[in-house]
Amino acid sequence: MMEKQYETVIGLEVHVELASATKIFCGCSTKFGGAPNTHTCPVCTGMPGSLPVLNRQVVEYALALGLAANCGINQHCRFDRKNYFYPDNPQNYQISQLYVPICHDGWLMVDTSVGPKKIRIHEMHMEEDAGKLIHDEWEDCSLVDYNRSGVPLVEIVSEPDMRSAEEVIAYLEKLRMICQYLGVSDCKLQEGSMRADVNLSVREVGSDKLGTRTEMKNLNSFKAIARAIDGERARQIELLEEGRSVVQETRRWDDNKEYSYAMRSKEDAKDYRYFPDPDLPSVYIDDEWISRVKKAQPEMQPEKAARYQKDYGLSEYDAKQLTQSRHLAELFEKTADLCGNPKKAANWFLGETLRLLKERGLEEEEVEFSPEHLAALIVSVEKGEVNNQGAKEVFEKIFDEDVEPMAYIEAHGLKISQSAGEAKAVVDKILAANADAVEKYKNGEEKVLGFLVGQIMKEMKGKCNPGQMKELIISKVK
Amino acid sequence: MDILENTALSLGKKIRLKEIGVREAVKASLDQIDRQEPKIHAFLDVDEKKVYARVKEVEEGIKAGRYRGPLAGVPIAVKDNICTKGQKTTCASRILGNFVPPYNASAVERLHAAGMIVIGKTNMDEFAMGSTTETSAFGITHNPWNTNHVPGGSSGGSCAAVAAGEAFAALGSDTGGSIRQPSAYCGVTGIKPTYGTVSRYGLIAYASSLDQIGPVARDTADCAALLDVIMGYDAKDSTSMERKSENFLDSLKGDLHGVRIGVPKEYLDLAENLDPDVKKAMVDTIHLLSRNGAIVEFFQLGMVDYVIPAYYIIASAEASSNLARFDGVKYGYRTPEADGLHDMYKKTRAEGFGEEVKRRILLGSFVLSSGYYDAYYLKALRAKALIKKSFDDAFYKYDMILAPASPTTAPEIGKSLQDPLKMYLSDIYTTAVNLAGLPGISIPVAMDSKGLPVGLQLVGNCFSEKKLLDAAYGLEKLRGSFPMAFQAKVEKKHGKERA
Repeated sequence: MMEKQYETVIGLEVHVELASATKIFCGCSTKFGGAPNTHTCPVCTGMPGSLPVLNRQVVEYALALGLAANCGINQHCRFDRKNYFYPDNPQNYQISQLYVPICHDGWLMVDTSVGPKKIRIHEMHMEEDAGKLIHDEWEDCSLVDYNRSGVPLVEIVSEPDMRSAEEVIAYLEKLRMICQYLGVSDCKLQEGSMRADVNLSVREVGSDKLGTRTEMKNLNSFKAIARAIDGERARQIELLEEGRSVVQETRRWDDNKEYSYAMRSKEDAKDYRYFPDPDLPSVYIDDEWISRVKKAQPEMQPEKAARYQKDYGLSEYDAKQLTQSRHLAELFEKTADLCGNPKKAANWFLGETLRLLKERGLEEEEVEFSPEHLAALIVSVEKGEVNNQGAKEVFEKIFDEDVEPMAYIEAHGLKISQSAGEAKAVVDKILAANADAVEKYKNGEEKVLGFLVGQIMKEMKGKCNPGQMKELIISKVK
Repeated sequence: MDILENTALSLGKKIRLKEIGVREAVKASLDQIDRQEPKIHAFLDVDEKKVYARVKEVEEGIKAGRYRGPLAGVPIAVKDNICTKGQKTTCASRILGNFVPPYNASAVERLHAAGMIVIGKTNMDEFAMGSTTETSAFGITHNPWNTNHVPGGSSGGSCAAVAAGEAFAALGSDTGGSIRQPSAYCGVTGIKPTYGTVSRYGLIAYASSLDQIGPVARDTADCAALLDVIMGYDAKDSTSMERKSENFLDSLKGDLHGVRIGVPKEYLDLAENLDPDVKKAMVDTIHLLSRNGAIVEFFQLGMVDYVIPAYYIIASAEASSNLARFDGVKYGYRTPEADGLHDMYKKTRAEGFGEEVKRRILLGSFVLSSGYYDAYYLKALRAKALIKKSFDDAFYKYDMILAPASPTTAPEIGKSLQDPLKMYLSDIYTTAVNLAGLPGISIPVAMDSKGLPVGLQLVGNCFSEKKLLDAAYGLEKLRGSFPMAFQAKVEKKHGKERA
């Protein structure tokens, strides 16, 4: 009997924390961290008689994101209350949007290994975040911190258009890139400013009926998401192979054990008793507001990459790599313009910068050096004032501490100080001492050139420009 | 003349003219509270120390010219669902029995800015749910006209306090008649402003889309002056309206000439429910108004049968969500012993809420639950829209509507709660006004055969308070003086002595 082939069907609910300075319904700060309950007021702690007032910046960010994701806009959108009891939810209802969300029916084009794919977006809605419960094991009690209560979120609900972990990650990366380009969110998974719930079902290849899905929560890195998808796919297929069925339920992914656990099934799914929030009038987004947000949209990644190819003469691949993060792209652009050598600048970003990012475990957004410093370094290398090895050392210092490169080069004896005459004398000396090597080179053995340069470098203790030395040798030998 | 004989405005004037000191005025109120409270129990909290500390502030403020308004120095009572910073605000519920707000309601801030003195917090139906002030967790309030009768509700404490002379004015709140009905029962004047006129910030919500804070006072002029103080746009309340300052007090003329008044036919056809004394007061008032220049007509309002069900569905739905925050986690009552979080929630709420509140939370949760939302809640919203439309149609023809404030005068204590449905039905004349967001003023016009006041209400179109107050002022002039309960009793006693 032929083995059955299964297809995975995945839809995502992604929560993105919006970057407004203040909360969605009060004036409290949205800053991450802070001593517990210091970013709070009567509104975000649900005190009796307090009332929500909508932060228009939140609407503006949600609108920008919706427009960038090709969504339709509900110009009269509304807020609804989602009623459920939990101590991190001070009013015991969350203000969200169910009936008329701000954005609907959009799509994103994502890159997969088999080419671009369109992932449809069902809707985007605005809502408030909850506080944080902390269990005190010593005192055996739970404490609640409302600093995060009322922090604005946008929930982006996709259609079940993804078929693999790869597509899911590509979609999330695209979404994150758009958010970062727009400046509407920093999308840090670790800090919880981007969170994804995965709805997954499997079905036999060729079937057009959706299987029973489960929803997985607690996924806080792209790797965890990929593992959870593979794990849940395997679990569901195993069930079906055993002749059992998948139960519609919410599951919690445990990334250490690489297994998901049932949280609650459909039968005990909560009835949230949604209804329009009577404290908040409907939000009217007029045409003028929409066109203003559209106009204010910054240059997005595809346009930026195209411009890099055209204006800087970069390859398609390099241009794409450089524009994955708006922050890095902007650093690159400034560096390229300052040093007048886009290709060299690109090399520093695609090589050393990415290597150090990985080594230091940093996000692109955390890179903070001055483009002026890298540009000065590039110019200096071009002038032959510092060799490649030295330049790498200097760049690492720029990357970590944003040092001024010229001062650093001077202070650490990296400057190639010999005069041209001095260098020539050394070259003559080395060529004379290695006559057989010179002979081999003349006979077409190109690789001995490297040996000769190495000898010169050694003699000069590295304080010379290998490229220049190479040219000198060639000119002498000819 | 006894200080207590003054209206809020005449007291304010005498304080301005330095004929009466702020301290004297406050002392007169506090002394009257001492005398009346054993019989009336209009107040839940009177903190003399705080009051006198405030007196000092006000004395200085008046001297320094900070408080120049007509009500500066006047003592006022505030319903206990309106937050007062540093003073307990309980909603007459065990669940908020120890709650001290760290902020003032915006309306209270405005009282302060006008130099008024909050003398105490008044009793009410628990979370404003009730029509008699009997659902209070902290004892019932008695009607100052006859202590065997209820004062009405839910602002029964505020209305009784004014009727008993304990306060010169009061703030109440009105979700389905909670200012107008107890005003009628207690023989005082109360106005429920157009929705959005007075900020709801700091008013502990019962039904957010219907709640409004409003003045309770001895007469229309006092109500107008107090409304001038508390109204105004507030950025903290998204449902608050930007209205130009109207200066209601200064525009009172009492001109009824040519005012078109409609009387809904349906309101007088409630044969078995409408008390004959109330009906007689209606008829007499219609004649009085027509004889004095007003044009009074009967008309078919429509949608009357849908008012009570729509109101109780919408109000209960909102209440079930608004009252969810009272859970023992953050403030207020928490059950002393519980086995885990859910047990704590259940016990706290079972012990903290009274029966009527629980009934409405259950009703509201039911009408919002999945599968019933469309059948009940959405339908009620549609009914609400149609009710609003029937009023819009009426105001195309009439400047205002005249109606009873309640089908009866104040019932005896203990008679209403036995049959909640019957109690709900008695809100027939008042709840439609909230559903349509309209202003309504209740003024006393007569006494019934039992010696209890009868109040009628004038209902106007949205933002027509100026017209409405002026008509009420005119009607008041035709009616003649109407003593407060404490004054009437003194007269009666004196009369007997003379006889």
